[in-house]
Amino acid sequence: MSFIALLGPIIGLALGFDAVNSERAGGTLNRLVSQPIYRDSIIIGKFLAGTAVIAAIIYTMGIAIGAVGVIVAGVKPSGEEVWRILVFLTFTVVYVAFWLALSIWFSVVCRHAATSALASIALWVFFAIFMSLVSSIIANAVYPVGDDYHAMINSYNNYTLNLSLNRISPYYLYSEAVSTIMNPTVRSVNIVTMDQLVGAVSGYLSLGQSLLLVWPHLTGLAALMLIAFGGSYIGFMRQEVRAN
Amino acid sequence: MKETYQNACADSPEGVYETTDGGAGMSENNRNVIEIAHLTKQYGDKRAVDDLNLSIRKGEVFGLLGPNGAGKTTTILMLLGLTEPTAGTALIEGLDCARHPLEVKSIVGYLPDNVGFYPDMTGRQNLRFTGQLNGLSGQELEDRIDALLERVGMSEAADRRAGTYSKGMRQRLGIADVLIKDPEIIIMDEPTLGIDPEGMRELLNLIRELSVEDGRTILISSHQLHQIQKVCDRVGIFVEGRLIASGTLSELEEQMLRDGSYLLEVNVHPCDDKLLGMLSRQEGIEKIQKEGNTLMITSKQDIRGQLTKFLGEKEYTILHLHQRGGDLDEIYRRYFEKAGQSDERNSYEEKKKHGWRHRGKDASQGADRA
Repeated sequence: MSFIALLGPIIGLALGFDAVNSERAGGTLNRLVSQPIYRDSIIIGKFLAGTAVIAAIIYTMGIAIGAVGVIVAGVKPSGEEVWRILVFLTFTVVYVAFWLALSIWFSVVCRHAATSALASIALWVFFAIFMSLVSSIIANAVYPVGDDYHAMINSYNNYTLNLSLNRISPYYLYSEAVSTIMNPTVRSVNIVTMDQLVGAVSGYLSLGQSLLLVWPHLTGLAALMLIAFGGSYIGFMRQEVRAN
Repeated sequence: MKETYQNACADSPEGVYETTDGGAGMSENNRNVIEIAHLTKQYGDKRAVDDLNLSIRKGEVFGLLGPNGAGKTTTILMLLGLTEPTAGTALIEGLDCARHPLEVKSIVGYLPDNVGFYPDMTGRQNLRFTGQLNGLSGQELEDRIDALLERVGMSEAADRRAGTYSKGMRQRLGIADVLIKDPEIIIMDEPTLGIDPEGMRELLNLIRELSVEDGRTILISSHQLHQIQKVCDRVGIFVEGRLIASGTLSELEEQMLRDGSYLLEVNVHPCDDKLLGMLSRQEGIEKIQKEGNTLMITSKQDIRGQLTKFLGEKEYTILHLHQRGGDLDEIYRRYFEKAGQSDERNSYEEKKKHGWRHRGKDASQGADRA
């Protein structure tokens, strides 16, 4: 799962990084916009086509791997397990579609395909690797936990801030959400105090409850995706068409 | 800045604004299909197109001539509704280009400069895609594609990948691509750029054919005069966002002669300094320039008779005598010179426009050489 969180974006980036600027450089964009079609349909078409490809890849791969698992292990999955997998795949589609939208945005803004590819890869590496470093540095600066005294007062706030900052990153958001979906023993995504655990019966969460836990994550991811797409849409609509 | 340009315009009488009066009382095949009124486009503090007035009649081939960066492409983009004008309107068949871009685009075919095709699709597939975007399909589309490929002489290469095409082939496929939607009006942006002479000849024949046989209206933008001269009914000379002259070639020529300066190209033997000295004392001669063995003589009136007599008396042999003017090249050079001069004067006052001046000058020099 963390493997998909880390490498899934590659699919999105590869599909989107030269969506607009290669057409611009190749002189086909000029030809395209002079046809009697709305300009929105070009950018929307690019996004939807990419998303469709992503969905096809992810669902077929997910289902195929699941089938192989069933054959090899010989364990029949229950209905709820199948649903969990489908929800997980849907999360993955939204997550990769976010990266697609982001790379399309870069392809609108940057003149060269290479620039937009590098920019989107840089962002991807930042979110996947450095975001956790940055957020822990900020959290430690705001709520220092250097000595016992500070650790006692600040550790709760420190952890919460660290978590909130991490959740800006779609990478973290996705990882947290899918590990909750795929693992019914995960009962909370936030910090839980001993008080809250008193009297709790340990058991599995139902799919509905797991979903409820990560619903904000899904909306957050979808919102990020829409923001990225909105950015590329507005950028494209406002941009001059001329090639040079 | 503005003032001097207006002067430049005033120097070239009538012609310039002869355009706006057209509309009423014109017969069907003589009506204006493109009407541009006070069209202006501002980019930052640069005016790419400045108060452009122009109308183009049905079935006409209009050449929009000007150096690079004169605002030709911007004008075309505004005509297609791809760029919003800062002020003014452009109407095509009575439709406002900025308000109804889709309707306009369905009757206007646009051949961009440096037209491109999807390299991993064949020429035929590229055409099919454009046809589908224009709502065509099925047998009708296939028939039209075949007919057009035949017409532009691309039938053999049609099933090769477009990535393997040469520049000339791309251009021809581009024309087929434009014709797919059977447009009433065709706009070509620098169609002659980077094409070999043979391809050029074919292209010009094709343009003629499109105009004469099909009755389409064609607007060509270019900075290459000679090619355009052969096919255009009317030309407009466009410098730094302003249309400084427009009309048929003979109208432009007339305008120029009225400006009252003649340029004579003379080649004599022997061509020595003594001759130069004598000539410069002659009455009526304003300026003599020596370019290799050729003397360029500027004068206020026609001095050919006077000059031949004079040279004959002094026992010089005239090898070549040619009154310049009349060809577009000369007209073009003249107008550029005018624009260039007013520019130079301005550059002292306005340092900001420095870049422009060079561009204007380079272009006029380019025209000189051409």
